[in-house]
Amino acid sequence: MTALTQPAVTPSPSPRSRPARFFRWMRSDMRAVFSISFLVLLLLIAVLAPVIAPYGANDQNVSQLLASPSGAHWLGTDDLGRDVLSRLIWGAPNSLYASFLAVLVAVVLGLPIGLLIGFLGGWFDEIVSRFIDALLSFPPIVLAIAVTGALGIGLTNAMLAVGFVFAPFLARLVRAQTLVVKGALYVDAARGFGASTPHIIVRHILPNAIQPVIVQVTLMLAIALLAEAALSFLSLGVQPPAASWGGMLARAYNYIEIAPEQMYAPGMAILLTALAFNALGESMRVALDPTMKRR
Amino acid sequence: MNKLPRLIGRRLLQFLPIVVFATFVVFGLLQLVPGDPALSLAGDYATTQHLAEIRHEYGFDQPLIVQYGIWLWHAAQGNLGLSLFSSEPVSQLIRDRLPNTILIALYALIVASAIGIPLGVLAATRNGSKLDSFVTASASLGVALPSFWLAMILALQFSLYRHWFPTTGAAPFFSDPFGALSHATLPAIALAVGVVATLARQVRSDLLEVLNQQYMRTLRAKGLSSGAILWKHGLRNVSATLLTLVGLQVNRLFSGAVVIEAVFAIPGVGSLVSYSAINKDFPVVQGVVLVLVLIVISVNLAVDVITALLDPRVAAA
Repeated sequence: MTALTQPAVTPSPSPRSRPARFFRWMRSDMRAVFSISFLVLLLLIAVLAPVIAPYGANDQNVSQLLASPSGAHWLGTDDLGRDVLSRLIWGAPNSLYASFLAVLVAVVLGLPIGLLIGFLGGWFDEIVSRFIDALLSFPPIVLAIAVTGALGIGLTNAMLAVGFVFAPFLARLVRAQTLVVKGALYVDAARGFGASTPHIIVRHILPNAIQPVIVQVTLMLAIALLAEAALSFLSLGVQPPAASWGGMLARAYNYIEIAPEQMYAPGMAILLTALAFNALGESMRVALDPTMKRR
Repeated sequence: MNKLPRLIGRRLLQFLPIVVFATFVVFGLLQLVPGDPALSLAGDYATTQHLAEIRHEYGFDQPLIVQYGIWLWHAAQGNLGLSLFSSEPVSQLIRDRLPNTILIALYALIVASAIGIPLGVLAATRNGSKLDSFVTASASLGVALPSFWLAMILALQFSLYRHWFPTTGAAPFFSDPFGALSHATLPAIALAVGVVATLARQVRSDLLEVLNQQYMRTLRAKGLSSGAILWKHGLRNVSATLLTLVGLQVNRLFSGAVVIEAVFAIPGVGSLVSYSAINKDFPVVQGVVLVLVLIVISVNLAVDVITALLDPRVAAA
């Protein structure tokens, strides 16, 4: 990879205002519009859960166990007589918190390590990279389960574990990006001007290596959400009586023969949210990739 | 023909550090547990004498590196300790359950490759068509679908309602192959969907890249039929990456198997590891994780060797 193939930082082509450009982009990418709208709506629901949920997360109506949808309970009630719609709404903040926490941990661990080994190279890179290879050989959920078991079960520990499992993926990506950017002329120039190593890494390498990382982080939010659901399903994540979509599925599964409709709503919530994160990631990949603009 | 052993030897050397680091991670799991590791290993009802015995046996009174050495020495001899829960040898527990996990993982891998790879090829050769958009859209859906939710829906529709397949459990493959396969079918399908999506997507983009190369235009100009171009030049060029890609799915399948085994109550190592993690049965957790990571590394090593053998540049060297 030579410096010549580096995408030049394009100066904004039109003097048009920021909002105008934003709307033009929105018109050109409906998928991004849908996914962003969905995620904003979900975020609002998560923040406003105490206001908009028709019932408390653990309010029980013991005369209505596993009830079908009705005017009072739009999505029915679960085995303890709790309103499914309300629990779905109360589950949103937990599920989003879980995804963001896991990805945050992955970034905090993976980004600096990737930058450092990519920039320094040599035997240090050699050793850390083999360690990363080793971590990547573990089946991700299995390793996350083992780490959660060691740290103690619960949503936060489970997501710390998932973040730890994700970190090597990110470190490897950042390392590869750093290697590409490191050879660029402007890095040599900065060094020629006497810039220090931390300055070069933070001011020159990081901003130019970050784009694929942003895309990857968005895609990781979807995987983290699915991991949260899986771990909560296995009762390693969120602990009852707290609500989470994976936990709701686990409960619904116990009553699959009596009330099979219980499992559709939480499953759809997970699927739609994961789709939205993925679609956003794909749209960002296209938007950030200068070679794909003309397609 | 001494090239092959040399090649395998070289790859083994490259994989050795990965194996060493992986065992170190498995050993380190116990260090993550807050508090005295001897206490975690002894369980809740340990006597002081039992604790002292464990400390001595595992070398907890010695430096970490010595402890690691002791653990590794035991593990290399197949001694993974005893389950805190059932007091059975961990190696025995794993030996009993591993075949069930391997069966659904392998079944899923075969189903996924048989569907995902042709789909990817079709989408790439009809790039931009309705079929292509359909495959691409389905792949996005498949990637985002929680496999255990799909498993629940499959269990409901095809075993509870229609009784086509047994709902739960597993059967031994060698004494009852038909029963084993019918037990494994729904789990394998649930497991395969995500892999189908990944394979179709990746095969499509890899093949598109090859088909858009300059020499493809030359071949077409020479008058080669599109079938010949695809089979002789397109697919041959992606076969190596394809093999690597399929190899990479193994560790994903083991991941998925954990949750799928819980849904279908399959006595495999996946359900064993989640159950043991909840019950703080650390020797079992460590044992399962170690065995699975060693399988994944071996598969990757095998894929690496085969890819190298397929590559004429390596074969000539």
